[in-house]
Amino acid sequence: MTRSRLGAIVGVAESDLGVVGPDRTAFQLQAQAAKAALGDAGLTLRDVDAVFSAGGDAWSPTMAIAEYLGITPRWSDGTNLGGSSFDAHVGHAVTAIRAGRCEVALITYGSTQRSLRSRSLARSGEVRGPAQFELIWGLPLPVGAYALAATRHMHQYGTTAEQLAEVAVATRAWAGLNPKAYYRDPITIADVLASPMISSPLHLLDCCLVTDGGGAVVVTSEAVAASTRRAPVWVLGHGEAHTHLTIGSMPDLTVTPAALSGPVAMGMAGVSHADFDVVELYDSFTITVIETLESLGFCGPGEGGAFVAGQRTAPGGDFPLNTNGGGLSYCHPGMYGIFLLIEATRQLRGERGEAQVPGARLALVNGTGGVLSSCATVVLGV
Amino acid sequence: MSERPYPVPDRDTAPFWEGTLQGELRIQRCSACSRHVFYPRAVCPHCLADSLEWVVAAGTGTVYSFTEVHRTSEEFRAEAPFAVGLIELDEGVRLMARLDIAEPVVGMPVRVVFNRVSEDLSLPHFKEA
Repeated sequence: MTRSRLGAIVGVAESDLGVVGPDRTAFQLQAQAAKAALGDAGLTLRDVDAVFSAGGDAWSPTMAIAEYLGITPRWSDGTNLGGSSFDAHVGHAVTAIRAGRCEVALITYGSTQRSLRSRSLARSGEVRGPAQFELIWGLPLPVGAYALAATRHMHQYGTTAEQLAEVAVATRAWAGLNPKAYYRDPITIADVLASPMISSPLHLLDCCLVTDGGGAVVVTSEAVAASTRRAPVWVLGHGEAHTHLTIGSMPDLTVTPAALSGPVAMGMAGVSHADFDVVELYDSFTITVIETLESLGFCGPGEGGAFVAGQRTAPGGDFPLNTNGGGLSYCHPGMYGIFLLIEATRQLRGERGEAQVPGARLALVNGTGGVLSSCATVVLGV
Repeated sequence: MSERPYPVPDRDTAPFWEGTLQGELRIQRCSACSRHVFYPRAVCPHCLADSLEWVVAAGTGTVYSFTEVHRTSEEFRAEAPFAVGLIELDEGVRLMARLDIAEPVVGMPVRVVFNRVSEDLSLPHFKEA
């Protein structure tokens, strides 16, 4: 491949996923994943000189995980863009590596939200700052904000509940091929439409899971990657953007920040849409996938519903999407973006067994955070 | 049961909440670039001028989007299902509010009504115009 290599992903791993129990912590899960990812890379903790993290159970997640693991980094980045943070961290890591500020970057995330039952739909008591105009209505968040986007998309483009359901059904089919997935039994469009309404038009099965879990990704320079254990997966392009924090300030409820981050990442990589073999998009809700496909330019505005129809994105379809079963069916510990990177890396290494996309050489990852607030796009290749 | 969330007025937002108590929907307008601004803030997000003035909005607009909430937190559960919308005011800004409308439709013309929930707090809701 002649495309410019900005850096490499050389190690990936998940921690235990699903329901890990209330005696486990976000620190343990991150440590478990970090150890496994470094082992995957054939590197040691001593090699790590940069840490990247967001969320977790600490006010400073990078200081917390660095202390827990005994790392004294010379580069530390706790940028929090919500669920897309870790995808943005890849761009930040290769930028810092290319500037000579660090050489081996460890990106981690962990959460025990399921076991702690800490995921709440709304706030109570005093609401300060700009949030006081949105958190007082009983709108469940984040689902209610995505529901607002879905209603608008349906109104503007005629997108149907069945088309949204296509995403959930196809993603579940991929989960059926992933022994680590939380839900693996096939579902139908009728199942999605018959599942309880949460915030119209989104049903329960239009929504991602609430699970525990952690992940880690090791990013390094092309020079170090030449001697790691596994064949490197090259970072070829990256972009990030955010357009708002609160849903009331989203410029257009049908266009995500992927419209900004995508062209930057693809332009940097020198690739176009038809070049991708596999695509991993944050699927917090089914509408997220449809709007992201449009915003990235895989189809035109409003064409996302038709794009996913007929199980086009399912195993055997001509657009392999969310091949691990996604946040909808595999795992979703609150901030899912790190798992997109893990799956894309494994696909490009050709180690996904039954779920392997044959001959996958170029992958697109797009994380979305907040309420369609931030996106980070990463182009990976071998 | 947890406490129902309520806004804490601050230097940016107090005039808005004082307005709703008086039956006025107040928004900001930048005296430098003439654009309207919501939510209220200290500087104009269009031109960074700090000369935002308060004006009383007409209280009319259209439904930009909405959702009917079925599952929500404990303190709102008894009211479900209920509709929450994003309203595009005629002045060009968007705000979130409850819709007192049985079957809302995107694009539906709406007008503000005020729902006094306590001595200190009145919330803007929207009805079909």
